[in-house]
Amino acid sequence: MRLSRTARERATDLWLAGPATLAMIGLIFAPVAIVAVLSFTDYQFGALTFRWIGWENYATLFTDPIGRKAVTNTLIYVAVVIPFAMGLALVVALGLHNLAARFPRISATLRAAYFLPVAATLVAMALAWQMLLHPSIGLVNQTLGGLGLPAPDWLSDRGLVIYTLAAIGIWQSVGYNMVLFLAGLAAIPPDLYEAAEVDGATKGWERFWTVTWPMLGPTTLFVAVITATQAFRVFETVATLTRGGPAFASDTLVYALYREGFEYFKAGYASAITMVFFVVMVALTLAQFRVLERRVHYR
Amino acid sequence: MRPLSLLALLLGAAVVLLPFFWMVSLSLKPADEIFSARVDLLPSRLAWENYATAFTEVPLARFLMNGVIVCGGILVFQVVFAVPCAYALAQRRFPGRTLLFGLVLAGLLVPFHVTAIPIFLGLAELRLLNTYTALIVPFVASVFGIFLFRQFFAAMPAELFEAARVDGLSETAIVWRIAFPLAWPAATAFAVFSVTAHWNDLFWPLIATSDPALATPPRGIVYFRDAEAGDDVGPLMAASVVVTTPLIAGFLLAQRRVTQGIATGGLKA
Repeated sequence: MRLSRTARERATDLWLAGPATLAMIGLIFAPVAIVAVLSFTDYQFGALTFRWIGWENYATLFTDPIGRKAVTNTLIYVAVVIPFAMGLALVVALGLHNLAARFPRISATLRAAYFLPVAATLVAMALAWQMLLHPSIGLVNQTLGGLGLPAPDWLSDRGLVIYTLAAIGIWQSVGYNMVLFLAGLAAIPPDLYEAAEVDGATKGWERFWTVTWPMLGPTTLFVAVITATQAFRVFETVATLTRGGPAFASDTLVYALYREGFEYFKAGYASAITMVFFVVMVALTLAQFRVLERRVHYR
Repeated sequence: MRPLSLLALLLGAAVVLLPFFWMVSLSLKPADEIFSARVDLLPSRLAWENYATAFTEVPLARFLMNGVIVCGGILVFQVVFAVPCAYALAQRRFPGRTLLFGLVLAGLLVPFHVTAIPIFLGLAELRLLNTYTALIVPFVASVFGIFLFRQFFAAMPAELFEAARVDGLSETAIVWRIAFPLAWPAATAFAVFSVTAHWNDLFWPLIATSDPALATPPRGIVYFRDAEAGDDVGPLMAASVVVTTPLIAGFLLAQRRVTQGIATGGLKA
């Protein structure tokens, strides 16, 4: 009787947790293992056979001019997006935080405005940017032209395109970071400012460096990691606006993985790109977990 | 100082809103005004016909419906898989429970892009590419969902479920009639996260489908953009407005919930 009861309990556990476990293995862990294996082969979609080629795919990614472009472009993109998306978000959050004390309604409205790009469909907004930056009929270049300033070709100039995409990336992530900073600011106990004032920190920037900045430390670290994870994933704007062009000047890791894998059907090479992307993401996510733990610890 | 910083904040917001403004403005401009050498911020008359064109030139209604089917399908399956598993992890004791939770945490490390190639191969093998199944199935195992619901269920008192067992409820009934309704805040947060992510996704629809009849909204407007020769800017912007409006409206309605969700846990794994 007791045995059949445990058996029944185990059957219930299996019924509750089994389907999700199977789905997780089939859709997450098995694919990760397969990608890892494929990255050491020259497998092509539809091919009947493949060869083991060791680290060759990885070597290609880091030595081939096109592969290297994807890597360096991604690094440039991330290096531009992180400081600006964070710095601007912090400035906006500080401004809105102070504003909220006197004009809560205006502050809330502005907060919603800054957050809007996060809520919008990025592909649709990328098309809006394309029209805004259009060389002849775009508002930006018409305004620049009207002012007698040079009107660059934002999305087809090889030297400029990755920075244009980074600017759109910044535009899209400022609102998200702002919300995180606002939460961080709200959590700073007001008596710290009073104490700082007693100690002689009366000017705005003195208060910022003695209280706000140190207290925001964990939030800032968290925002940095989140921004990096998002930036490394850049795909939608590239796929919609440039397809990695012109001449691979805006190629990025995830776009290269898409193109090599699903347009050129080079599954082996695309798997190696995937693995490089994966390693970076794992490192960043682990950092995120650690920061999150510390943030909780501080409270 | 105060007026100056307010001015800067207003200017910044204007820059942030500029693409939205330009998208709406173009969507309402007659074609000759869009392509004129002189640029005006506002249309001289409201060309609503751009919206009509957007719905007739491409199957925009179909794209929206596909978006609803795909997002709805994904969300339902995610919940059906995640909730019982999360309940078992939080409120039951069984061998391998720690291991299973470890798998869930490990799964959080894996972005979807990483699994795309093998899943594509599998779907091709099963001849399921270019179906709704291909758009829905890869996402049914949401480790984020399991994690979120588990945290919620773990905070519930065990006595509550004990009492339900004494009343003769089966574990399945406890999951769906007691635990799940109590986890409603987690469910809304998860729904917001899931629907936003999949409504906006372009990566997987680009890979798994090549049939415009199956295009989700972002895939659909990219088709539209590629098909038009550059002379349909007004309708294209109208389509963009239509695609992005549901989420913006949803955000404006549920603003506080959304921002709170982000602030408390970095919602968006």
